[in-house]
Amino acid sequence: MRDAFVRAILGLARADDRIFLITGDLGFGVLTEYWTTFPAQFVNAGVAEQNMTGLATGLALDGRTVFTYSIANFPTLRCLEQIRNDAAYHDADVKVVAVGGGFSYGALGMSHHATEDIAALRAIPNVTVVVPGTVWEAERATESLVAHRGTCYLRLDKSHGEEPADPPPFEIGRARRLREGTDATIIAAGGILREAQEAADMLADERIMCRVISMHTIKPLDLTEVKAACRETGAVLTLEEHGAEGGLGSAVAEACMDCGVWPRRGARLALRAGFSSIVGSQSYLRTQYGLDKHAVVRAVRQLLKTPQSK
Amino acid sequence: MSEMTQVERDEDRTVSKTVALAKRIRLDVLEMLSRGRGAHVGAVFSMVDIVAVLYGAVLRVDPTAPGLPDRDRFILSKGHAGAGIYACLAECGFFPRAKLLAHYADGSDLSGHVSHKGIPGVDLSTGSLGHGLSVAAGMALGAKRDAQGHRVFALLSDGECDEGSTWEAVLFAPHHRLDNLVAVVDYNRIQSLASTADTLELEPFADKWHAFGWAVREVAGHDHAALLAVFRDIPAETGRPTCVIAHTTKGRGVSFMENQVLWHYRTPVGEEYEAALRELEADE
Repeated sequence: MRDAFVRAILGLARADDRIFLITGDLGFGVLTEYWTTFPAQFVNAGVAEQNMTGLATGLALDGRTVFTYSIANFPTLRCLEQIRNDAAYHDADVKVVAVGGGFSYGALGMSHHATEDIAALRAIPNVTVVVPGTVWEAERATESLVAHRGTCYLRLDKSHGEEPADPPPFEIGRARRLREGTDATIIAAGGILREAQEAADMLADERIMCRVISMHTIKPLDLTEVKAACRETGAVLTLEEHGAEGGLGSAVAEACMDCGVWPRRGARLALRAGFSSIVGSQSYLRTQYGLDKHAVVRAVRQLLKTPQSK
Repeated sequence: MSEMTQVERDEDRTVSKTVALAKRIRLDVLEMLSRGRGAHVGAVFSMVDIVAVLYGAVLRVDPTAPGLPDRDRFILSKGHAGAGIYACLAECGFFPRAKLLAHYADGSDLSGHVSHKGIPGVDLSTGSLGHGLSVAAGMALGAKRDAQGHRVFALLSDGECDEGSTWEAVLFAPHHRLDNLVAVVDYNRIQSLASTADTLELEPFADKWHAFGWAVREVAGHDHAALLAVFRDIPAETGRPTCVIAHTTKGRGVSFMENQVLWHYRTPVGEEYEAALRELEADE
């Protein structure tokens, strides 16, 4: 996804000299082509994320579209108030990009586990939150954010899901249905979409047909797609590599309350163990915390076994 | 005494104008804070002369076109002194003075900490300390990259120099040779609970800015002619951002407010309001 982002922003910067990129001293070997090609549209702020976000606001208020770039929690939690007061309150055209969502940097330890970022950013007014599930989505999302004025958060993942043979279009705020099914719907956001897709394959072998949705925009949430999942399929499961408080599952549950439309059966797969003091690869930690494809299969089977609530 | 030259006469008239503006701002603010039961009068009075000189004689801004791309930018990083900027902008014709009386009132957009929404002439909303200089540096960087000639002024409190984020921006600006950026520090040496010396010592303050690569100018912060001379000499050094350390008195203009921590928060009402009003009106 990171490389897709870089591909996209290279094209954007070439087409429009108002595109600007600030890194918080990260992107070794990744952003090199960008800064050598577009030095006038780039600055390295150093290891100073608060200043990076303030700079971005100042540049954006005078007519630029500014991407801030760093990894894990640094471009988000470290400078959350600058995102809130400076960028978002002024509707500044600042696009906060975090590489390494969830456990992408699982082996680096708790500091690098980005597992509360969606909740924090989603809570701030005026901020659009985009969490691509595939490489193609990451590239389209980067491009779409430029047309989508205002402050946005783009969470990129090391892992990624797969695009179907006939991919539906990408539009911010509109979920993408990547697989059709009526027994259950799995709504996923981020690279963990892959676990949903593989689980759907496994469940299909048991003749349980799952709809799989990439909910790449968590705010604003696609209410139509959530309602459709509730009405048209037998169960709804959300899946995210993020804490259970305030992420995708919360957004979907809130949407059900707000719309008065309920899944016949529903569950949220998310991190419930708090901080992870153990480390490991992204796939290891998913298994450890019950977020891998096997956990998804178990959860869907369980949902469909549960007597229908009425 | 020899006759004044034309330049000196012009300068004299300019100073008379900014002094009169400062007096009107103080009177407006006293009324706004008294009516609205607002706080931070000491912090406002501390910076009024700086703001009056900037808006009265230095900043290239147009009240009839507050969004002009080539205008000078002004960011009040010490957002708690918002009443002073609102009064200054109204006195300079950015919006009607009558609006000032809504300060702090229910439903008003004139918040205690400066906000840009619905207020022509405010370049940035602030209130949480340590944000303004970074945004100002971004604006200055943008102007440099576009080869535009406007300047960006940020007015900081001494207290907000406790914030690490301020020093991130202090480090950034000289590295990028932002000589179109001016940080003015309202150095009244009193912060929220006590003196800066008793809270977090800033001294040697000028040396710190200098060591980070800024051109530093120290000035008597209530002397309009001195302020004008410093602000007319921007950049103080080509290739460096300018830091103007303005030595000020918190609560300046009202004897019983001056240098008192109490008047960081206290609202002037009743007898105190009347006494302050008499002093400000008598001030020449």
